[in-house]
Amino acid sequence: MSSCPLLKVSGLYKNFGGVQAINDLNVELAEGELLGLIGPNGSGKTTAVNLITGFVKPSEGEVFYRSQNIIGWPPYKIVRLGIARTFQMVKPFYRLPAYKNMIIPLYSPRIKQTIGGKYGDRDAVALDLLEEVGFERDAFVAYKSASVLPQGYLKRLELAKVIALQPDLLILDELFSGLSLAEVASIVPIIEKLRQEGKTIIMIEHRLKELFRIADRVVVLNFGEKIAEGKSDEVMQSEAVKKAYLGAEA
Amino acid sequence: MEKRKERIDRGIKVRSGDIFALCSWREMLFLAAPRLIPILGFLILPLLLGAYWQKVLLSVAVFALLAISWDILAQSGMISLGQALFFGMGAYASGVFNHYWGWHPLVALPFATVMGGVICTALLLPVLRLRGIYFAMVRLIIPLMLVRIIEATKIFGGTEGLSGIVPLPSKWLELYLVMGALMAALFGFRRMPDSDYGLVLKGINDNDRSVMNAGINIYWFKAQALFISSSIGAFSGAFMTHVYMFVGMPVFALDYSILPIAAAVVGGPGNLAGATLGAFILVPLSEILRGIGGLRIVLYGLFLVIFIVALPEGIFHYIQRKYHQFERWVEVEG
Repeated sequence: MSSCPLLKVSGLYKNFGGVQAINDLNVELAEGELLGLIGPNGSGKTTAVNLITGFVKPSEGEVFYRSQNIIGWPPYKIVRLGIARTFQMVKPFYRLPAYKNMIIPLYSPRIKQTIGGKYGDRDAVALDLLEEVGFERDAFVAYKSASVLPQGYLKRLELAKVIALQPDLLILDELFSGLSLAEVASIVPIIEKLRQEGKTIIMIEHRLKELFRIADRVVVLNFGEKIAEGKSDEVMQSEAVKKAYLGAEA
Repeated sequence: MEKRKERIDRGIKVRSGDIFALCSWREMLFLAAPRLIPILGFLILPLLLGAYWQKVLLSVAVFALLAISWDILAQSGMISLGQALFFGMGAYASGVFNHYWGWHPLVALPFATVMGGVICTALLLPVLRLRGIYFAMVRLIIPLMLVRIIEATKIFGGTEGLSGIVPLPSKWLELYLVMGALMAALFGFRRMPDSDYGLVLKGINDNDRSVMNAGINIYWFKAQALFISSSIGAFSGAFMTHVYMFVGMPVFALDYSILPIAAAVVGGPGNLAGATLGAFILVPLSEILRGIGGLRIVLYGLFLVIFIVALPEGIFHYIQRKYHQFERWVEVEG
């Protein structure tokens, strides 16, 4: 690990009323790493992401991105820094065709200057990006309204919207959930490609088998606390993790 | 020989392949008619009408502007039940400029348009975070609150209002100014919803968190949409001040909030031409029914219900669809 981590979460707390959703979370992330974030339902994985990306304000704690404290920043400023996320519940613009969905991230100040500004220029970029994530150009899937697309395409659209922002750190919240094995198999190469480009990635997943194949390191959460951290096979040997996943008796 | 009806959607595109249309007068007229008809209508209509219906036309144009202003907000996810705020702000701004400072109407009008827009936007900035029904309720309350403030503090003439406002120099200027403003708003913002900028606004309507997640400050964009919308509304209010030569508490009345919504919904929400068409149907309808007396509102309401039940997509969307559809009978081999 390099001396200055890309992302450093230190002493993060969040409680919703009486529920301690995140309890003293400390995580460091090196540039170019793929970190898996796992844990049983309700363990605080999505809350952790919401805290890092500014969608939820923490009760206490700090998040440093490239040594800059980003706690309390609004989400749009954090995105402009280079942290982009997908949502577990996909959030497409249902009233727009798939490729028009891409216009909104392409309009982002982060990358607005890098592509042409004329009407129609962004459409071409949008179609290229969608083709990369598997919207077959010949089948005109990209022109269909987001409201009629199946879940598999919506997840890819969600991923494409994040890639369009050209972020340095991608946080993918349960990208594989609800997808068939074949669909997962077709998305994995996209993630591998992102890694080759030097992107840092955090993946929240319940599909552990698929995750463990690509993750460098895994952090396990339970009831908002980090109960294990390390290589995937080591983590799964840990007693605390077995207990959390399989119940106290296991 | 058996026959069946064949329907071609977007027939002009099928027939023309984009280029052919420019070679044929018929096709060109077909494409241009939807733009030419309203423009010619706006130019000629004031000349054909009598004095009474000219006044109605003013009212139609003002409500069409308010409906356009409502529709721009609605497309950005801000449902407003209080267009009267924009109307009233513009009306009072122009009234004050003219009454206290003696500005010429043609100077007061543009300044009131911009001032009204700025004041309304600033007033609503704190509630931009609200969505859906919560935003709508705040919008409903603000004009009603302003009425009480004027009544209690007696500012700007209190319940009496400001009278003796200087009218516009001529009746024709009045008519063509408001018609010109309507055309400018209609054709100027017509393409906005489909532009990349408009898509961001639509995105905010659809899913604001997803827009935030694209690194876009949604409050900045909402404020811009609010300024455009409230300026259009303020212009219509300022204009009416000079027509009535009076400004008072009625400018914040519920009529100016509800009728534009009815116009936009009947005409076809999500399209500025629809909002305009709605106003061109509802306002004259209300005038025609005036002779009936007590049951006028009942009949008016009945028409509204019929429109909405029969054409839920809105009259404009229906006409637009039918205009681009070609139907013909073809022989079926039996």
